[in-house]
Amino acid sequence: MRIEHWFYKLPLRLRSLFSRRRVENDLDDELQYHLEQKTEEHISRGLTPGDARLAALREMDGLTQRKEECRDARGVAFIEHTLQDIRYALRVLARSPGFVAVAVVTLALAIGANAVVFGLLNGLVLRPLNVPRAETLWGTTYGEGSGWQSYPNYIDLRDRNRTFESLAAWSFTFAGLDAGKEPVISTGYAATGNYFDVLGVRPYVGRFFHASDERGPGSAPYLVLSYACWHARFQDDRKVVGRTIKLNKHPFTVIGVAPPGFQGTLMFGIPDFFMPIVNKEQVDGGPELQNRGTDQVIFEAFGHLKPGVTPAQAEADANAVGSYLRKIYPRESGTHRTTLSKPGLNAFTRPVRAFVGGLMALAALILLAACANLGNLFAARAADRSREISLRLALGSSRSRILRGLLTEATLIALAGGAIGLWISVALLHGLSVWQPFQGAPLHLPVAPDANVYVAALGLSMLSGFLFGIVPVRQVLRADPYQIVKSGSSLPAGRRITVRDLLLAAQIAICAVLVTSSMVALRGLSRSVQSKIGFDPRNTMLAATNLAMAGYGNDTLTAMQKRMIDALKTIPGVQDAGLVNNYPPLVYTAAFRKAIYREDAADLKPASAAAWPYFYDVSPGYFRAARTALLAGRDFTWHDGGAAPPVAVVNRDFARSMFGSVTEAIGRYYKAQDGARVQVVGVVESGKYLSLTEDQQPAIFLSFLQAPMSATYIVVRSTRDPQQLASAMRNKIHELDAGLPVDTQSWSTMLDVVMFPARMATMALGVLGAMGAMLSITGIFGMAAFSVSRRLKELGIRMALGGQRREVLQAALGRAFKLLALGSAAGLILGIMASQLLAYIVYQATPSDPLVLTGVVLVMALVGLLATWIPAQRALSLDPLTLLREE
Amino acid sequence: MSRPTDLVQGTLDLLLLKILALQPLNGWAISQRLKQVSGDILQVSDGSLYPALHKLEQEGWITAEWKASENNRRAKFYSLTRLGRRQLQQEAANWARLSDAITHVVRLDEA
Repeated sequence: MRIEHWFYKLPLRLRSLFSRRRVENDLDDELQYHLEQKTEEHISRGLTPGDARLAALREMDGLTQRKEECRDARGVAFIEHTLQDIRYALRVLARSPGFVAVAVVTLALAIGANAVVFGLLNGLVLRPLNVPRAETLWGTTYGEGSGWQSYPNYIDLRDRNRTFESLAAWSFTFAGLDAGKEPVISTGYAATGNYFDVLGVRPYVGRFFHASDERGPGSAPYLVLSYACWHARFQDDRKVVGRTIKLNKHPFTVIGVAPPGFQGTLMFGIPDFFMPIVNKEQVDGGPELQNRGTDQVIFEAFGHLKPGVTPAQAEADANAVGSYLRKIYPRESGTHRTTLSKPGLNAFTRPVRAFVGGLMALAALILLAACANLGNLFAARAADRSREISLRLALGSSRSRILRGLLTEATLIALAGGAIGLWISVALLHGLSVWQPFQGAPLHLPVAPDANVYVAALGLSMLSGFLFGIVPVRQVLRADPYQIVKSGSSLPAGRRITVRDLLLAAQIAICAVLVTSSMVALRGLSRSVQSKIGFDPRNTMLAATNLAMAGYGNDTLTAMQKRMIDALKTIPGVQDAGLVNNYPPLVYTAAFRKAIYREDAADLKPASAAAWPYFYDVSPGYFRAARTALLAGRDFTWHDGGAAPPVAVVNRDFARSMFGSVTEAIGRYYKAQDGARVQVVGVVESGKYLSLTEDQQPAIFLSFLQAPMSATYIVVRSTRDPQQLASAMRNKIHELDAGLPVDTQSWSTMLDVVMFPARMATMALGVLGAMGAMLSITGIFGMAAFSVSRRLKELGIRMALGGQRREVLQAALGRAFKLLALGSAAGLILGIMASQLLAYIVYQATPSDPLVLTGVVLVMALVGLLATWIPAQRALSLDPLTLLREE
Repeated sequence: MSRPTDLVQGTLDLLLLKILALQPLNGWAISQRLKQVSGDILQVSDGSLYPALHKLEQEGWITAEWKASENNRRAKFYSLTRLGRRQLQQEAANWARLSDAITHVVRLDEA
């Protein structure tokens, strides 16, 4: 029935819409035919032709009204009216291209900023990992904000918990991947055997490894390639399965390829390969698998919760296991707490959320300011058009129809602005998603725009169109056609504060908040660049090597490393060279802390630790190469080797907190976790170790000879050209061992990684602040220009009567300046309050900085000056004569 | 589709459908026929005829076609569709029920 119904209806509706002219002609013809017949009938009854026609028309009871009823019967009136509204709105808008351009650009910027930030939120926070049943998958972050723990710890957590279906774990591994040509340093995941089974991911080619493949350390030499690596390095060759590939000289059999959509379990990196974690120690010589005391083996453990288990229950359960372990192994197990978080961001969840959340708030402010701005413009336009509106009202148009027209204009502008904004943001997000900020680190932001972003941008632009479209509603509803037509378009004077004043003040306040926060961020960044970091990264080149990649055993490590240092020192132009195990300070935000105890401590469990300093193993000469000032005592020597008593160089912060002062520290002892007494032989200046934003932290340097490790960085100081120096360094090392992969980079470049979040934050805040300033300019400009044009007559009379320029200016722009001052003051105070939040991401975000305060005041004053310049010129160049003649 | 409570509107629709069920007609002829069949009791103004016809057409109950009229001029002829025939039955039945009920009420003996 219904379908058949539409079978008749639809063609008619379409005809009404698309061949309107024919339908109208038909209607005319039909009624005309009727009228003619009727007229003839009347004539045949004896009326004159003229009277007959009039009589026929009378019987029609209003031809035009009847026609309109026939049109209504077509059922497309709503669409027709809307189309009419759109056509009319387009005509009206075309008459003021300047207004349209300003409005569209304003909105495009605001929507663009919001869409980009939403894209970040969508990609990093909202979108779950691309695996089945992602909603019940939870990761455990164990310890102080990061998930690091030992392998035995993980095994206990896996076997003793009652809330996870099963628990998998993984960590990073970096290894030279040798597929027959030259080894390439690659990033991989060392994963537990059940990793893929817990995730529920199916192999693309071949098979994955399983829990049954693990039979103790070094038992599972199997390799799974990521799709990206398989595609780029093996050209999609399916025959790669079964081949033997060397990881750091150790043979591994390729057993499968992961599917294209699976990029590991960390959002912003794509690994090259996956290997069983039981083989990790063998490959990269990393911390021992079975050592419960090290917390550097497992990065994250995760699994699906059992049906009906809440995350809170699972967290309590994991913590119960943790307390149990602490009781059994008081020495090795720290007082860590387990918290649950969605896998994908792991330890980065909180900072990423805080960052994106802060950006969202600021971007929303931008949009609000833009809406206030546009609402103001629309209200001013409505006031300008009050004559037209009253005329339409007087001619019988309904208020709702007029409002519909105004809303249509707002919606058109909103859609145009939204479309342009979306276009900009899509380009930006695509750029971000293929962006590789650091060479060597496979960073990848999964923020390619998807349907969510499009819908959000469209929704936002509709919402904002509605927001600024309703500002003039009250104006139209209260308009009295009689009054306005009679007395011209003068405003009812007397209302001291109008809605538009409030809107402008609010908008300026919002913009001042944005300007303040960007200033605070800028200042923080410049401080963190200038802050003392305890070494001098300029003119240094780092050579990263991992002797495990060339098959060196633990007994030959330090000898080879000493040969490398000596070889690098022979390069002409090299001043100093020194080595540090693992990573130098501030590289890859990878620094490790361990508990130490006072000399007299008997109970060596983490709870009674005296300090948790950062630990570095360095070679003699490292301090000189890094330009870390030795404050007291001595540097290490080549005699501080394995057999010699353990000695340490500590930083000033450690010396102060443990021993009272720098000089008192020399010769004193502390106790390490294993109970050994270590003597302090030197004190160096304090610096930054993990991040630039950290407070002063204690640090201990040990002799690398007493803690041999295969992965090291050699710091080479030279004023030579970095390019030449880097290749000279690679050549020198290849002279010693041609098969050892070397990675060279300047320390400053590596610092960029550490600076990255602060730089990003400052850039984002800077852009938002600039947009805020721009919005204030357009807002104040609109208001000032409007007030000048509104009061042209009054200003002309004032000038004719001999008014001074100053007085004229005050009359024309006094209000705008008052609003600017009020809004800026409010915004400054709000901004200072809000910048407490900035402290999360920006180094030393102290808002009560006189430089910031003056900066904001200056910027806002400049904004005011710029925005009122043109209206002021217009007010001053008035010619009272012309003006009065015109009126 | 028709609302039984809207007596006049519903009645006009019913009348038009019934007239067109007998033969296809143009608007003018319909107005003549209306006068003819109902005498002066049912006054349908020329003005309300066309909106009603257009509504029926849009509902898909009648369909229109331009043809030559009896005096050889182009006129719009309406005819009933299959859907319209069904609608006519339904409205006729409604009308019968309604008039039965009202007749019944009117004939109640006053106490």
